[in-house]
Amino acid sequence: MQRGSRELVDRAFTGVGLVSIVLLAAALLTLLGPIVLRGLGAFVFRGTVEHRRVLLEQFGRGDTEEVQRELAAARAAREPVYDMIAAFEREMKQAGPAERRAMGESLDGLKAALRELLGPLPGDPDPPLLRLRFGQTRWDRALVKLQSVLWREQYDYSDPTVMGRKVLVPRADEFRGTALEPLFDRLPAELEAMLRPRWTVYWGFLFDRSRDAHFFGGIWAELLGTVYLTVGAVLFAVPMGVASAIYLVEYAREDSRPVRLLRTCISTLAGVPSIVFGLFGLAFFINTLHVSSSKSVLAGSLTLAILILPLVIRSAEEALRAVPHTYKEASLSLGAGRWRTVATVILPAALPGILTGVVISMGRAAGETAPIIFTAAVSVGQPLALWEVFSRPTPALPWNIYNLCSEHQAVDEIRHVQYGMVLTLVALVLLLNSAAIFIRARISGRLRG
Amino acid sequence: MAVVSEKGAARVNPSVPVPSLPPSERPPPDPAPAPPAGRIHVAAEGFSVFYADVEAVRSVTLAIPQGRVTAIIGPSGCGKSTLLRAINRMNDLIPGCRVSGRLTLDGEDVYGPQIDVTALRQRVGMVFQKPNPFPKSVFDNVAFGPRIHGIRGRSQLEAVVERSLRRAALWGEVQDRLHENALGLSGGQQQRLCIARALAVQPELLLMDEPTSALDPIAASRIEDLIDELRGEYTVIIVTHNMQQAARVSDLTAFMYMGELVEFDATSRLFTSPAQARTQDYITGRFG
Repeated sequence: MQRGSRELVDRAFTGVGLVSIVLLAAALLTLLGPIVLRGLGAFVFRGTVEHRRVLLEQFGRGDTEEVQRELAAARAAREPVYDMIAAFEREMKQAGPAERRAMGESLDGLKAALRELLGPLPGDPDPPLLRLRFGQTRWDRALVKLQSVLWREQYDYSDPTVMGRKVLVPRADEFRGTALEPLFDRLPAELEAMLRPRWTVYWGFLFDRSRDAHFFGGIWAELLGTVYLTVGAVLFAVPMGVASAIYLVEYAREDSRPVRLLRTCISTLAGVPSIVFGLFGLAFFINTLHVSSSKSVLAGSLTLAILILPLVIRSAEEALRAVPHTYKEASLSLGAGRWRTVATVILPAALPGILTGVVISMGRAAGETAPIIFTAAVSVGQPLALWEVFSRPTPALPWNIYNLCSEHQAVDEIRHVQYGMVLTLVALVLLLNSAAIFIRARISGRLRG
Repeated sequence: MAVVSEKGAARVNPSVPVPSLPPSERPPPDPAPAPPAGRIHVAAEGFSVFYADVEAVRSVTLAIPQGRVTAIIGPSGCGKSTLLRAINRMNDLIPGCRVSGRLTLDGEDVYGPQIDVTALRQRVGMVFQKPNPFPKSVFDNVAFGPRIHGIRGRSQLEAVVERSLRRAALWGEVQDRLHENALGLSGGQQQRLCIARALAVQPELLLMDEPTSALDPIAASRIEDLIDELRGEYTVIIVTHNMQQAARVSDLTAFMYMGELVEFDATSRLFTSPAQARTQDYITGRFG
């Protein structure tokens, strides 16, 4: 090749590499950016007085007197709204029956919207669901609810050739000329006084248990469940995996047919779709071995352990192979037996590599959804005590992220919880991976002296 | 070579071997190439080593006396390391390696059915080409052997470690840093540490597989001095590429070529009046 064209090829190759790295970084940023920004919304947001009331009444945190004082101020601000409704109802009593019926429907719609925004109206009976007892806890959600107070959703079916079109009708028009008319100007202007939003940092999102299916509180049950499942999987997978790796590297004859077959099996196991592991876990651990009567953390951990086993074996094998042959020779030449050599020389030297593999497989186990669907995960549950892991299922981050975005009855109301969970899971996995890097750097530094 | 002294100048010249023995210990001038004097420690009779189909050592017969330093020289790939590693059965690690013939240590068949390989290796210490201390502290390196052979007491271990390090002429340099990582020592110190580690299990025989080839000349000369000091107490078999080294440190020299033992004789005689033409060609640098 000519010198000129050789340089051209070199430069082209460098360029391609650079472009792909830039693309990768951009993809990562586009992916992580929204995750982080939206996820942070679960921790840092403008919390209303209702948020502080929830914390006080449900979690016993906060200054009782101050919250009461704030609540009193908020109630005072809301008073005119309720007065207008009462005045309107008095007006209605004098109206004709037809008008009363028409207006009654509109009033019910308005009241329902107001209840969602501010909580129960005066004189309402105590609602059965916790979520109905409080107004909006977050200012961003309150602004959305304000819109549904101001506008009524309606569907236009006038054109039979297309589906019903959604139209928004201003409620102010419905109450034109009544005692309620000023409400629609007053509410947007006075809403801050009624809800008293304030920038809030809510670390309790991580450590509070959820109340009423994630309407209030945090994700402690999910977080703890994920930790249990991950640690359990590692407890099962690491001894088995490291022992297998030691066998494969130190004892097995490299070229024998059974060993080759075994290696192929391990590679295949690594390629099995995770949902298959989930079904296998259900069929084997729960239905056949009866490790628990139904889903449990134990069954889930065992299933995840099988999932990460090939990963652990592979990384341990590589770490063991990377130990200089001279260590082994030195140990054997001093009269150490095979097992002594493995235990006192080879394993310690391979430890950083093995630990790195273990921590990375922990990240994998923490993020897996499919294997725990059938074996461990439930949508709603309380944080488990340690001894309950043998018999009880648990909520877990990956499963509940899916659950919150697809099966929860009020998906839109709790988007922030879902984003918060995603951020928590991503942060957990990143944390584990950086821990792996840290361990590796630290221990291998020590080994190098 | 960086040693600039009378002795050092002599070292550079391969044709003038200077046995560093006191005259009393020098092998008696014996006109016939008879087996060397002294009790026979290691003996091979028609001993061969095969790697799969390749015969790396071909029917070697020799007798190595106790308490002497025996050098094995020869060009690369001549089977000298293989022969050395056969003595403590390190070749067992290589798949497809097998032996034929007889190899005895103190009359006991090394490849016999009743031999305990770990006990054998305890009797036969080994020092490798590249210094290979464990990534542990200096103390733990030396104490490794005694520990696996059942010495547990702290004071006992300390005594063994100090004795071994003194024997390996390393004590003065490392006594303040016994608990630092051995990988922080210099190459020469690491190699002496490996010798101390081998000595700590109290072997009778020390195999050295090109122990100075990875070291600088000064560190190498310290190892040679050390070998000189070990003479008498231990039987030392040293494989070396370096003919001057063989001439300097050994009492007896074996020359191997293409897996065969060409000549085995007192070092002074082998280097001055070799019986075989091939030996003559090799030591004068005509090949190899």
